Amino acid sequence: MLTFEHVAKVYAGNRVAVADFNLEVKAGEFIVLIGPSGCGKTTTLKMVNRLIEPTSGAIYLNGKDIREQNPVMLRRQIGYVIQQIALFPNMTIAQNVDVVPRLLGWPAERRRRRAWELLELVGMDPDVYAGRYPSELSGGQQQRIGVLRALAAEPPLILMDEPFGALDPITRENLQEELKGLQAKLHKTILFVTHDMDEALKLADRIVVMKDGNIVQVAAPEELLRHPANEFVASFIGKDRLGPGLELRSVEQVMIGEPVTVRPHTGIAEGVAIMRRKKVDTLLVTEESGRLLGAVSIEELNRNYQRAHQVQDLMARDVPAVFEGTPAREAFDLIIREKLEYLPVMDREGRLKGLVTRTSMVNALASVVWGDEAGA
Amino acid sequence: MLSWTEFLAVKGPGILSATWEHLMLSLGAVLLGTLIAVPLGIILARHERGASVVLGIASTIQTIPSLAFFGFVLPFLGIGVVPAMTVLFLYSLLPILRNTYTGIREVNPAYLEAGIGMGMNRRQLLTWIQFPLAFPVIMSGIRVSTVYIISWATLSALIGAGGLGDPILAGIHTYDAKLIIAGALPAAILALLVSWLLGLVEYAVTPRGLRQR
Repeated sequence: MLTFEHVAKVYAGNRVAVADFNLEVKAGEFIVLIGPSGCGKTTTLKMVNRLIEPTSGAIYLNGKDIREQNPVMLRRQIGYVIQQIALFPNMTIAQNVDVVPRLLGWPAERRRRRAWELLELVGMDPDVYAGRYPSELSGGQQQRIGVLRALAAEPPLILMDEPFGALDPITRENLQEELKGLQAKLHKTILFVTHDMDEALKLADRIVVMKDGNIVQVAAPEELLRHPANEFVASFIGKDRLGPGLELRSVEQVMIGEPVTVRPHTGIAEGVAIMRRKKVDTLLVTEESGRLLGAVSIEELNRNYQRAHQVQDLMARDVPAVFEGTPAREAFDLIIREKLEYLPVMDREGRLKGLVTRTSMVNALASVVWGDEAGA
Repeated sequence: MLSWTEFLAVKGPGILSATWEHLMLSLGAVLLGTLIAVPLGIILARHERGASVVLGIASTIQTIPSLAFFGFVLPFLGIGVVPAMTVLFLYSLLPILRNTYTGIREVNPAYLEAGIGMGMNRRQLLTWIQFPLAFPVIMSGIRVSTVYIISWATLSALIGAGGLGDPILAGIHTYDAKLIIAGALPAAILALLVSWLLGLVEYAVTPRGLRQR
């Protein structure tokens, strides 16, 4: 849909803004360009709608070289949202949303319908807001209109240059959610610039990490978190991100690897001895193959000491458990909701792989807050 | 000496028609000045180097003593309304020109980037964004210009253009304070009135989103 081929931008005095940018963006993809300031992300974005002309290389939009198109006409087919929002203060909200359709010469009735439809899409009552002026709206509402303005003429591609950078954190998160929702509904191709990794991880299908005009890594958020290409990416991801850190972890990363297990035929007395030795209050019961059969607690053993000989007589068989790959957060939710002391983790064959306890939960949370050294 | 009542009975109609002349002369000059200075200011906003030259010339014109200026045009344009209006027109240029230039230049570049990025051409950028946003500044230039042109227009009586300068000059020649007041007072009231009216016009044509008062 959008192709960058060896795109470079060099300013006078050999200052390289973008060195050699190659990227193939698929239709409907949400691409986030991220990097420290001066890494060339905004320059790259602005070369797409020809606000900046590349020094060399070519950009193709739907297979056509954008240099062969009239820049004014090209821009009307590409949505554009900027950080400063810049709704035109002399126009009403409806007129602001309306700008590109007016430039394209849509008839008045169609323009009005479209503006009304868009306002409803973000839950802003058109009868209330259409006639207002930007100065009468909050910052968050203004940027919501900024996004609608870019969507108005139904461009397949939308460029967003740090659109939420100037908003307070709560508003920013709301708008991110909304944008994700819109994207899911409208399937636009979006090229989004930010320097906020949380934002990138939340929104992107693929993240393009840039530094000094070069692409350092292109990867899906999950991939980027697990396998940062180098130290720079790792440090840029950072260790102190709260939500996504936990969100994206799976149970394997927070569980205890080798829980204390016994066989079904283990005697009660031996079981109690093992518990005492290992300082645990629960034993997981597994077959030779490692398949999880159940669990038995110290209370159970103490209470029924006389009436049984082997742990399998006393063990609980339908212990709640999760499979590998389950997001850690889901496991934690389960523990909290069901008031569990522990939660075994199994592979697809039912073999025990580990154990999530309340302690491992606390460790995982701590590692998110204070960094990985502290953690599971 | 005549009492004020007798004075007004005798001179009233003359003062009234002088006031009208005065108003037409001033407004004619400012209108002409606006028609030239606004487009010129818009053009200058795009040409920084030309701007400093033209604004320099306009400022220089402003420094010529008005009394002398009326004298200068006498040999070329003779006496009457035409030379008077020419001088007043030249004087009216600077505030309008400067305000138009600054008004356009000081439009927040973010609006321009948004406009260009959405596919406006230069003309659309000007008529949709730059001019409406600069409008209050341009308007205040026109107001300033109008107020002092009304005041300076009294001098045009020196070259036979009529207006409220006539009774003032006559009053000076005959040591008649009433005549001087009869010229000066209407001129002052005229200036205030026109400035107020222009303020109303400005308010009425400014979109609600731009009003800040």
